[in-house]
Amino acid sequence: MAYLEGNNLVAAYGVVPILHGCSVEVNKGELAVIVGPNGAGKSTVMKVLLGLLESSEGSVLLDGQDIGSLSTQQRITLGLAFVPQNNNTFPSMTVEENLEMGAFLRDDSLKHTMDEVYSLFPILFEKRRQMAGELSGGQRQQVAFGRAMMTRPSVMLLDEPTAGVSPIIMDEIFGNIIDLKSSGKAVLMVEQNAQQALNIADKGFVLVSGRNEHTGSGQELINDPAVRKQFLGG
Amino acid sequence: MEYLTDIINAFVLLTNFVLLPALSYGSQLALGALAVTLVYSILRFSNFAQGDSMAFGTMIAILFTWFFQQQGWVISGIPTALFVIPFAIIVTASYILLTDKFVYKYYRKTNAKPITIVMASIGVMFITGGIVRLIIGPKQHFFSDGARFIFNAREFKVFTGLSEGLAFKTSHLLTVTIAVLLVWFVFYFLQKTKTGKAMRAFSDNKDLALLSGIDPDKVVRVTWILAASLTTIAGVLFGIDKGFMAQQYHLLLLPIFASVIVGGIGSPLGAIAGAFVVSFSEVLLTYAYKKFLIYLLPQSLEPNSLVQLIGTEYKYAISFVILVIVLLLRPTGIFKGKVL
Repeated sequence: MAYLEGNNLVAAYGVVPILHGCSVEVNKGELAVIVGPNGAGKSTVMKVLLGLLESSEGSVLLDGQDIGSLSTQQRITLGLAFVPQNNNTFPSMTVEENLEMGAFLRDDSLKHTMDEVYSLFPILFEKRRQMAGELSGGQRQQVAFGRAMMTRPSVMLLDEPTAGVSPIIMDEIFGNIIDLKSSGKAVLMVEQNAQQALNIADKGFVLVSGRNEHTGSGQELINDPAVRKQFLGG
Repeated sequence: MEYLTDIINAFVLLTNFVLLPALSYGSQLALGALAVTLVYSILRFSNFAQGDSMAFGTMIAILFTWFFQQQGWVISGIPTALFVIPFAIIVTASYILLTDKFVYKYYRKTNAKPITIVMASIGVMFITGGIVRLIIGPKQHFFSDGARFIFNAREFKVFTGLSEGLAFKTSHLLTVTIAVLLVWFVFYFLQKTKTGKAMRAFSDNKDLALLSGIDPDKVVRVTWILAASLTTIAGVLFGIDKGFMAQQYHLLLLPIFASVIVGGIGSPLGAIAGAFVVSFSEVLLTYAYKKFLIYLLPQSLEPNSLVQLIGTEYKYAISFVILVIVLLLRPTGIFKGKVL
C-alpha cells in the first residue's frame, strides 16, 4: 500500500464526466508523474486528491486512512500541500510573508521550517524582503514550493510546475523537484513536458480520457513503444 | 519692514482659511477613502454606501452624545462626541455586518460580477440614507461641545501684533491627530499582524489564500469592522468640524471616490494622498483671494473683484473635474493602482 493513494476515482464537473475510474499513488521519497493529452483529467485527479472536487466513486487514502470525506483544509493539516499551476504566489507580498502565509494554520515557531526552505532555495533568503511579484519565473516557482513546504507536508502535489517557462528554468525547476523528493517527501506532479518528467520520475501514470492507459516506472514508460508513439513523439 | 509684515499677514490669512481647513477636510476624506480602499481591495467592489454609512455612524454618535449630555457625563474642553466613538463604532459595525449578511454575502457566494455588487451597494446606500433621515431627520445638527479653539483669532492678534488673526480650532487639531494615529494603526495592522497579512494575502490571491487555510469569513468580517471604524470616525470628525446633515454626508461620496481614483485604486497610501489633492483643490479653488492679494500687491494693482476662481456652490464639481482629468491622463492614479 502506497503512502498516498487515489483508487478508481470517478468525478465530473457538473454533468460533464472527467474521470472514469483512474488510480494514482505515490510513496515518501518518491516522485510520481501524471502525463497525458489535454483534457485527460490530469489536474482533475489532483483536485480530487485535495478535496477541491468531490469524487462520486473511489477512495483517497493517506497513510492508510481514508481522507475522502475531509475538507481541503483538513487534508492540508494532515500533510498534503498543493502548488497550483498559475497564480501560485502572493505577488504584492514579500518572499518571507509568502512563506508565513503558507504556514497560516500553524501556531508554533516557523523559524526552523523557514530555514529549511532557505537552505533548499538559497536565493530566496537573499530576496526575502522583495515582493514575490518582482522575481523571475524560476524564483517565483521556488517561492511557490517554499510556501507549500511551510505546513511541513509529507506529500506535495505540483500542477504543471514548468508551464510556460524557458528550457533553462525548466531544468532548474526539475532540479528543485528532485531535491524535494530527496528530502523525503512524496511528490506527485502533473506535467506537460512528458519526456523530461518521466526521465526523472520513479513512477508514471499515463491518463487518457480519465482512465489509466499506461502505468509503470518512468524508464519503463519511456521505453514502451506504445507510449513513445502516442505521447512522446516517436 | 511694512512690506514684510504684509507678507506675513498674507500667509497667516492663507493658513487660517486654506491650509488648516484643507488639512482637516483632507484628513476626514482620507479616512473615508481608506475605508473604500479596504473594501475595494478585499471585497472587490466600490462601496457606494460609504457616504451614507458615514452619516449612519455619525448619527449614532450624535444620539450617544445627546444621551451623555443629558446624563451630565461630559468633560469640559473635550467634545463629548469623541468619547462616544467606541459605542458608535460598535453599533455601526453591527449594522454594516448585517448589511453584509443580508445583501453582500449572497453575491459573494454566487460569485457575482463586481458591477452587480456595486449596484447592490447603491441599494444599501439608499436604505441607509433613509434610515438616517427617519431617525434623525434631514435637518442640520451641530453636536460639538467642548472648547472651540486652542487659540482664537483675537488672542493670536494680541500675541503677535499682526492685523490678521489665526484661529486654531480644536476640531482641526483633533482631526489631524486622530487621522494620523488611525492611518498609522491601519498600516501597522495590515503590515505586521497575522490577521492583517491574511487580509492582504486574500486581496492578492484569493484562491491561494483559501489553500493556505485563511478563513475567508473572518477576513470579510475584519475588513468590515475596520472599514466601519474608519467610516464612523471620519463621519464624526467631519461633523464636529462642519455640523451634521444627512444630504451633505451622502454627497461626500464624490470627493471620497475622487480621492481613491486620484491616488490609485486599491492603494491605501494613494487614497490618503488623493484625499489631500482633492481637499486642497476644493479649498484653493473656492477661496476668495482678494484680501490675500491686497496684502501682496502694490496699491495700483489691487483687485476689485473677490478673485474667487469657482463659487462654493460648485465645489462638488471640482471632484468631478479632477476625476475626469486623472482618468484621461493617468488612469492608474498617483500610486499606480488598478485601472477601472
